[in-house]
Parts: sequence; structure tokens; C-alpha cells
Amino acid sequence: MGSNAGALEPINETLGMYSQLFMLLAAMAYVVVFVFFALDLAKSNKTIAEMDAAALKEDEKLLVGAGVGSVSKMGRGRRGEEVRPDRVSEDIVSDKMNYTKLSANRPMARIAVALMWLAMLLHGFAVVSRAFAAHRVPWGNMYEFMTTGALVVSVVYLVVLFFKDLRFVGSFISGLVTLMLCSATIGFPTPVGHLVPALQSPWIVIHVSIAVAASALFAISFAMNVLQLIQHARMKRIATGQQDKLPFMRLVPGAGALENFAYRINTISFVMWTFTVIAGAIWAEAAWGRYWGWDPKEVWSFVIWVVYAGYLHARATGGWTGPRSAWLSIIGFLCVVFNFTIVNIFFNGLHSYAGV
Amino acid sequence: MAKNKRNAKNAGDAPALGFVGSMRWIWTQLTSMPTALFLLLLLAVAAVPGSIFPQRSANPEVVVQYLEQHPVAGPWLDKFQMFEVYSSVWFSAIYLLLFISLVGCILPRIKKHAKALRTPPPRTPAKMQRLPQYTSLEIIEGESDTPDDDQVIEDTYKILKKRGYRVERRKDATGRSVAAERGYIREIGNILFHVSLLGVLAAAGIGQSFGYGGQRVLVEGETFVNSLVAYDSFTPGSSFSADDLPGYSVKLDKFDIVFDRESKDYFGQPIDFTAHVQVRKDADSQPVEEELKVNKPLRINGADVYLVGNGYAPVVTVRDGKGNISYSGPLVSVPQDSVYTSLMVLKVPDASPEQLGFQGFLLPTAVIGEDNISRSADPNAINPLLQLNSFYGDLGLDSGNPQNVYVLDTDKMKELNNRNLKAGGISLAAGETYELPNNLGSITFDDLKRYVALDVNYDPGKLPIAIFAGLALLGLIVSMFTPRRRVWVKLINEDGKRKIEYALLARGEDPRLEREAVELQKIFDKAWPLASQEQDLGAVNG
Repeated sequence: MGSNAGALEPINETLGMYSQLFMLLAAMAYVVVFVFFALDLAKSNKTIAEMDAAALKEDEKLLVGAGVGSVSKMGRGRRGEEVRPDRVSEDIVSDKMNYTKLSANRPMARIAVALMWLAMLLHGFAVVSRAFAAHRVPWGNMYEFMTTGALVVSVVYLVVLFFKDLRFVGSFISGLVTLMLCSATIGFPTPVGHLVPALQSPWIVIHVSIAVAASALFAISFAMNVLQLIQHARMKRIATGQQDKLPFMRLVPGAGALENFAYRINTISFVMWTFTVIAGAIWAEAAWGRYWGWDPKEVWSFVIWVVYAGYLHARATGGWTGPRSAWLSIIGFLCVVFNFTIVNIFFNGLHSYAGV
Repeated sequence: MAKNKRNAKNAGDAPALGFVGSMRWIWTQLTSMPTALFLLLLLAVAAVPGSIFPQRSANPEVVVQYLEQHPVAGPWLDKFQMFEVYSSVWFSAIYLLLFISLVGCILPRIKKHAKALRTPPPRTPAKMQRLPQYTSLEIIEGESDTPDDDQVIEDTYKILKKRGYRVERRKDATGRSVAAERGYIREIGNILFHVSLLGVLAAAGIGQSFGYGGQRVLVEGETFVNSLVAYDSFTPGSSFSADDLPGYSVKLDKFDIVFDRESKDYFGQPIDFTAHVQVRKDADSQPVEEELKVNKPLRINGADVYLVGNGYAPVVTVRDGKGNISYSGPLVSVPQDSVYTSLMVLKVPDASPEQLGFQGFLLPTAVIGEDNISRSADPNAINPLLQLNSFYGDLGLDSGNPQNVYVLDTDKMKELNNRNLKAGGISLAAGETYELPNNLGSITFDDLKRYVALDVNYDPGKLPIAIFAGLALLGLIVSMFTPRRRVWVKLINEDGKRKIEYALLARGEDPRLEREAVELQKIFDKAWPLASQEQDLGAVNG
């Protein structure tokens, strides 16, 4: 860093305008993505129902032929995987969340993913051009946190899609990204500008980027945990012979698979959050003379850390797995959102300059 | 014995445990995982009020204000230590209990793991089919590379050793086998993480008690010599002694602010603060020129000096009614807005025949608005103007009660200059002098300087905290991402066919166990000629 800030490069206002324009275009594109993911849920659900009906007939034939009596609807596989009552969706959505032969059979989802790439590229241009316009990292204020954070969510999701079939959270993710872009553009419109002196530190690159990445992962595991709870409740209903009220959940893996996947993500994001807090403390020491001063932002970062630590311990404790630990993860994410929004806007603290 | 007797007497009641028994019961409860989990979540909840209510440690003046505004709820909240949450009895109780619980949990684990490290991998189970990730492979006989029994065991030993397992060759009634375990470091990482957290807490506590914090306002040209009297406010730790203050000095030559002049949205927003200072490590050493910035503290002899604020200090001279200079020097003013409209209060107790008091504003760039009222248009001092009211009489400084230097107590004073009076208010540009009415004296605006507010901090715990935090992170990563798993490989002879059976067992979370099983199979396939894989019998359900 140059010692003389008089040498700060001037802001490129024109590029900044283009950035804002592309941000709007990206938001619109994500809306379309959301619609296609929603259409996919509706359509695939119908297809699966038809296939299920066909398979059921075949099953009955087979069962009669084999002379097997009643088959329990719920059970546990040898590896502890749930055997699900809606057996056809097993072929479409595997509990390991891998792509299967039948998973290609979702045209709406394929269109949604292709469009999401387009939206992400527009979004990426908007974020990167803003960085170039300001000659610095694009996360110096609330608008920039939100737009860059949304980009991270989008990119992480699209990359994970290469390896795992997570299209069942597509509507959640595209909805979340749209929401983030809209609230950034409407709630915190901020023209591109220089960083205030308090933020001029190499630590902004490390501390904030890891915080944003960790939050993006927390968001994904939150989605998984919510679906886990819904799936859990649904399975319970079905097991007691009640009607399946949420048939679109056939597209979603079993509760156990969701729980395990969310846990894996949470271990990574917990480590990243720990690093965020440590890096933040080091920066705080350089700027304010102490690692930790219980500033509202610090308090809530601590609360988040403790809640997720509780979640990890709960998973290791008998009787606290399943829905209970899922709730802890959900509360943890709500704290992340709270820290990101309410604390930034309404709580007066040393982090306030980063607010609005 | 005594315990038994009592038990017999109160057969219907809960069994009496006696003192030692009760203590043991409490200890067991406290160190159990559900208790730890409960305390952990309680800690999260208990931390929240500190973000809602103002805290004395951070903003004591806001707490005073809050108490004034909430005369009913305020004192109650204060009783429950809501304004010092993080040093409160209840918050301390939670985290101390949590750490005791942690110690009680960690100690047995250390003991257990120390034993595990010296214990060979466990016995090969008789029925391996029951384990997860079970595979059975048949050895094809008669090939050129068909291994004999010794070869199989030896190869397996080498393969597993290479993959980081601790391996043991076995021979018992059921046959020959290899037992292996890896990932002992997972538990070491876990223990390291928890112990390091204790380290952070201890280092923070010890560091705080030996350290100190202080504030000082320094005007351009002034020198701060590190000693108790030089501080405007000083907070020592409980074990701090004033002899520990290193005798360095910091002279503020010049303070520069760069304002944004290009952007129309952020015109006038500060984008850089630089204090040019001369530092002497001790009284004898040569001064060294250094730059102090917001994110770049001075680190001198273990103490750190931070730039936390700044403002204007107009230099004024006040002569009293007798013509004597009764005040001369810079006066620290408090910026109120982004254009540095700054509040200033001047008390001149040495003036005679009457004590004098002034209060008003400094406008760095004064412009006259349509309503004929001057205001500041820019944070830089382009056209500085002092706008003051004056008072004479008793400043109230003789009562002995400490006064706020930024508040003028006008109870026993009479107004001398005010816009509403005939004499009008005082309006002084740089270099100008104003003669007070009634021959009570004069005030001159000599010069305008800037000042910086410095926080000085010494905390010997900083380095140990950083080290423990680093170790905690390292331990966390190791404990999260190194899998602990066991493998057994068994050579069996069934119906004249030789088979290799193997099974994997995860200890703790291990989402990649299956991948390891597949990987092992690939390696075995390469090592020996194998056929007919029988995998996961019974996994195909109903």
C-alpha cells in the first residue's frame, strides 16, 4: 500500500454506471432462473407421480410372484440410508446427490441452470467492473457486501452442480440471490467510491472475503436443513399412512442424506468462520488496539460461532442428531442474516461505517 | 459403610450419595456433553444483551445518557449488570462453568487418547459382514502372480502402512488377518483446539491484568512523554505498576487529511489520515520520523499507539480586564459533523477582575447562508471563523467538583456576548482580535492547528493470544478434516477357495469412508489377481 493516499487512483465513474446497469440485468435474469426452477419442481413432480404409479403396478406383480407378504414402508438400509417409500424418485434424486440416468430428464431444470450461468456472468461482470472502477476489492460497504456475497453464493452453487445434483435447492438459491441483489439495489444504493481510512487495510481482502464465503456456505447448509425438516415431517406422515401433502419433495433426497450433507458443509464453513473471527480480531488490533472489544458486530460474530459450535457438538451427542441439530444450524444462519442486516443498520458500533 | 446404612434407613427416598458422592455426581453432570451443549447455547444467548444495551467498557458516556433517559428501567438493568455484560457475574459464571466442563471433558480424553496411542489396533472382528463397507474378494489361483498366504499378509501390511495406517498382523483360530487404524491425529487436533481455547482465555486474563490503556489528545507541535501525568485518561490492569511505563516520547509534527475532491457523491469525505510524528524510544535516543495511520499503529517498546480521532485546535489568546494574558494556547474543539463544525469551550479562571468563559463553534470554511447565519461548507480550513458567546462571573471551578472541560457551567455567570444581546456575538477570523464589552478584556484568534486523539495500549497477552488462536484453528482443521478409521483385512479359506475379506469402520464423522473402501479395492486388484466381488450383501433392501 502506498504511504500517500493522495496517490489513490481516481474513481472510474462511467464503469461504475455500467456496473450498476449490469447488476440490474443480472437481477432480472435471476428472476427468470427462479421461475424455471419452480416450473421444474412442478413438472418433475407430475412426471414422477406418473412413473411411481407405473412402478407400483410392476411392484405388485413382482411381490405376488415372489410370494412376499407385506413390505414395510420405512426401513433402514445396511449403510444406515433411509429406504424411501417413494421409490422412483430414488432413481431421479440419489441420496448421495449424484446425477443419475434419469436426472437428465428435467428440461426445465436444465434451462434454469443454463440461464443461471448467463445471470452469473452478468452478475460477475457487474461486481468485477465495480472493483475496477474503484481500484479496490468490491466489498467496502453494504451494497457491495450483498452483491458480492450473492455472486459467491451463485458461483459456489454452479460449481457444486458439476459434481452433485443439487438442483432441488435451485429455486431457493436463485430466490436468495435475487433477494440479495434487490435489497442491495433498492435498500442500499451506494455510488462507487473510495474506502474510508478505517477500511484501508490488507485485512479487508482476507477478513471480509472469507466472511462472505463462509456466509454463502452457511446459506446452502441452511437450505439443506430446512428441507431436511420438511422431509422428516413428510416421511413421518407417510409412515403413519397419511397422505403425502408435499409431493414435490420427492425431488429432494432423504432427511438423513440432507443432514449429512449439511453437516459436511457446516464443518467447512465453521472453520472459515473461525478464521474470519481470528482475522477480524487481528485487524481490530491493528485499527483499534485490541483483539476483542464486544462491539455489536463482534458480539454477533461470537454468537454465530457459539451456535455453530453447539451444532457440531449436538451432532456428536446422542439424541441431538436429526431435527434438533438442524434447528441449531437454522438458528445459526438466522444469526448470520441478523448480523449482516439488523446489526449493520440499527446497532451503533465501530463497524457502522461499513453499514449504509 | 456409612453410606449403606443411610441408604437402608431411607429406602423410599432417592439414594443418598454423601458429600463425595454428591460432588462426583455434580462433576459427572457438569462434564457431560448435554451440559456442555446447554452451557454453550446459554453463552450465546447471554452475549446478546451486550449488543443491545450500551456497555461501560466501550461507551461509558452513552450509558450515563441511557440511565438519564430511562429513569425507571435503567437502574434495574444496571442492577442486573446489563451495562457491563461481559464482566458480569452471570456471564462470567456461564463461561467459567463452561470451561470447567471443558477441562473435565478434556482431561479424561487426553488420558484415553494417550492410552490409545500406545495400543495396537483392535482385534479383528469375527463377523466382518456386519461392518459397514464390507467387501469379499476371491483370489484366482494358478496365475503367475498369485500370492501365497504370507505374501497377501505382507502386501496388505505394506499397502495399509503406506496409506498412513498403524498396522498389526494377526494370527488366531479363525485365520490370519491384518488390523489397521489411522487418524489418531484427529483426536489430537480436537484436544489441541480445546486446550488452545483455554490458552486464549488465560492469556487474555493475564495480559489484561499486567497491561494498561490510556488516551491522550496531542496538538500539532506538542510532545507526549509516556508517564502517568501525560495521559488524559488512564486505565491500568490490576497487576500494573507505574514503574512499568517505558519512557518513550511522541511528537506530533503535522497531521494531514486527504479529502475526496473527485467524486461528486463523496465530495469532502476523508480518504486518508496521516500523522507525521517523531518517536524517541527513550530519553537518550535520537528521534525517528514515523507515520501513524488508522490501520498502522506505532509499536514502541511493546506499547502500541493508535490514531483514533482528530479535529481542529484553534490557538487563542485571552487578555483580561487588566491587560494581562490570562490564557494562550491551542484549544481542543470537538467536531460535530462531516464538515468539522467544531464545538469549543474556553474557561479562563485566571482572568480578573472577572473570570471569563467562552463557548461556540469553529467553522473551518465559513460561508454566510441566505438566512444570514454562517456555517461551514468544507472540512478543510479555507476560511476559518470562530463564532462565540462570552460570559463573565464565577466559572464554578473552586467548588472542587470535577467538571467536564467541554461544558461551560453558566449558572453563576452573566452573558456578555450573544447574538441576542446588544453587544452581539463574537465572530473572529484568523488573526483578528475582539475587545470584550465593559473593558473585561479581549480574545485573539492567533492560529489554527489540528490535533489527534491517541489510544495507547499495552497488553503482554497479545502474542500468546495470537499463538493460541492459531493453534486452535490448526487443531480445528485437523479434527474436522482428518478421518479416523479402522480397516481389517482377513484371509479366509472357504470351500477350498481363498478369499480376502475386508471391512472399514469410521470412528466419528467420515463421509469419505466409502471412497476409501473403493480405493483399497483398486489397490488390492492391482496387487493380486482377484475375482468375483461380493459386495454389501443384504444392502439391497426389500
